[in-house]
Amino acid sequence: MVDASPIIEISRVSKTFQLQQQTIQALSDANLSIAKGEFVCLIGASGCGKSTLLRIMAGFEQPSSGQALMWGKPITGPDPSRGMVFQDYALFPWLTVRENIGFGPAARGLARSQVRETVDKFVELVGLTKFADVYPHQLSGGMKQRVAIARVLANDAELVLMDEPFGALDAMTRERLQDELLEIWQRTKLTVVFVTHAIEEAIFLANRVVVMTPGPGRIESDNALDLARPRDVASPEFNAVRRALGAKLHSHHGRKAA
Amino acid sequence: MAVAETSSGPAVAVRRSLSHAFWQRLRPTTLALIVPLLLLAFWQVATTNRWTLLIPTPYEVGQEMVDFAVGGLYDDAYSGTLLTHLLASMSRVYGGFALAALFALPIGMMVGRMQTARMLLDPFLQLMRPIPVTAWLPLSMILFGLGAKSAFALVCLGAFYPILLNTTFGVRSVDPKLFEAASMLGCRGSAQFYKVVLPAATPSIFTGLRLGLGLAWFVIVVGEMTGVPQGLGAVIMDGRTLSRTELVICGMIVIGLAGYVSDRLVVALGNRLLRWSPSHHG
Repeated sequence: MVDASPIIEISRVSKTFQLQQQTIQALSDANLSIAKGEFVCLIGASGCGKSTLLRIMAGFEQPSSGQALMWGKPITGPDPSRGMVFQDYALFPWLTVRENIGFGPAARGLARSQVRETVDKFVELVGLTKFADVYPHQLSGGMKQRVAIARVLANDAELVLMDEPFGALDAMTRERLQDELLEIWQRTKLTVVFVTHAIEEAIFLANRVVVMTPGPGRIESDNALDLARPRDVASPEFNAVRRALGAKLHSHHGRKAA
Repeated sequence: MAVAETSSGPAVAVRRSLSHAFWQRLRPTTLALIVPLLLLAFWQVATTNRWTLLIPTPYEVGQEMVDFAVGGLYDDAYSGTLLTHLLASMSRVYGGFALAALFALPIGMMVGRMQTARMLLDPFLQLMRPIPVTAWLPLSMILFGLGAKSAFALVCLGAFYPILLNTTFGVRSVDPKLFEAASMLGCRGSAQFYKVVLPAATPSIFTGLRLGLGLAWFVIVVGEMTGVPQGLGAVIMDGRTLSRTELVICGMIVIGLAGYVSDRLVVALGNRLLRWSPSHHG
C-alpha cells in the first residue's frame, strides 16, 4: 500500500510571520516525509505550527526557508491535487450541495455531463442524495463537512489536508464522521494529513501521529501506530498509546500526562 | 408542533388550528392597517373640528383623487391625468435609477477590489456624498438646462450613493476562506471574480439597489422642480403654487403607493434570487 517515493517531502522548513514589527516564528526547521496512502495526524497545542505546516502543504503559505515538495516538485501555490477541508467548511453559500461538489470539476473545465456524473457519484458517497439540491445554510454542521469532503474528493485530490475538520461538531456527529472518513480512506487509498488537538481523535484515525510543540513551533516526535483496525478507544493498547503520546505532548511545559 | 398535539380532542384541535390559521393569514394586514387608519381618523377629526383651515378633509382629498385619476368631477387641467404624471415620474425614477446603477456598480466593484481605485476615488466620493440632492438643483439646471434631463440627473444622483456604498462593501467583505477554497479547487485569478466575488456580493449589491430605487422615488419631487411639465413632483409643486393642497396630498399618496409597490416587486425578486442567503427572507 505504501509507495517508495514520498508524496510529500518537507525538508528544513521554517516559517516566520511579521506582526506589527514583531517577528513570530511559527514553524522552525520542520522535516517530514509522507508516503502515498498514509493517514498522518499533526497534533499539538495552539501555536505549535500544525496549521501553518498544513497550509504550506496546501500552498496557501510559502516557507520562509527550506523546501516543501510534492512528488519531488516544489509546492508553489494551491492545486486541485491537494484538497483542503477547513474547520469552518468554507462552502460556497450561494451554491447547492450538488453545485458545491461540482465547483472543482467545472472550474477545471470538465464537460457538463462529466461534472454531473462525478457529482452524482460523490453526493452518494457521502450519503447526501436527499439533500443534493439544498443550500448550505439549511444543512447541519456534519452535513456541511460531508459536502466539503466530497467537494475535494470529486476534484480528484490525491492528498486531502484537513484542518481540525471535526472540531466544531458535537461528539456523536464527530464519531460518525471519523468512521466515514476512515472508510473512505481505506476504500480510495487516499493520503490524508489531518490536524487536530485531540489525542484520542489522532490515535483513532492515524497510522502516524506527528506531535508538535509550540514556542517556536516544531516537530517533537513522529510516532508510527500499529494498532489494529477498527480501533477500540476503550482498549488497554489504545490507552497505552494515549498515555505515551500525552507525555510527549505535554513534556515541553513540564506537566505530567494524566 | 408537539405542543399542538397535546390539546384535548382531534375535532377541537382541528377547529382551533383552522381559525388560528385564518388569523395568522390576516394578522399582518390587520396590524399594518392600524397606524394608517388612526392617522386617517385623526386627520378627519382635525379637519372637521376646524383645527386648521388650510388642510382639506380626507373626503375632499378622496374626491380630488378620483378626479385626478379618471376625471369627471372638476374638469380642470389635472382631471384624469394621474396616469400621464405617474408614467412621466416612473420613467425618470427607473431611468435615473438604471443610469445610477450603470455607474455605481462598476465603480463600487473597482473601489472595493482595487487598492489604486480606492485611493483615487474613495476620498472624493466620501466628500461628495453628504451634499444633498436639493443642493445640486441650481447647478443641475445650469448644466443640464430646464426640464427632463435635469430631473433625470438629480434622480440618478440620489440613487447613486447607496448602490455604490453597498456594492463596495459587498465585494470587499468576501470571506477570505472562500478564495482559498476556490483556488485549491482549481479556480484562480480573474475567474475568482465571477465565481466568488460577484455571487458573494449579491446580497449587498441587492440591498444597495433596493435602497437606491427607494431613494430615486424619494428625490423625485426635487428632481421635478426643474421645470418639467409632467410628473408627480411637478403636480405637487403646481398644487403648492395654486394653493390646491388636496392636489398636493394626492401627489404624495400616489408617490407613496408607487414607491411601495416598486419596493415590494424588488423584494419579491430578491427573495427568489437570494434563496441561498439566510438573511434574505423578508
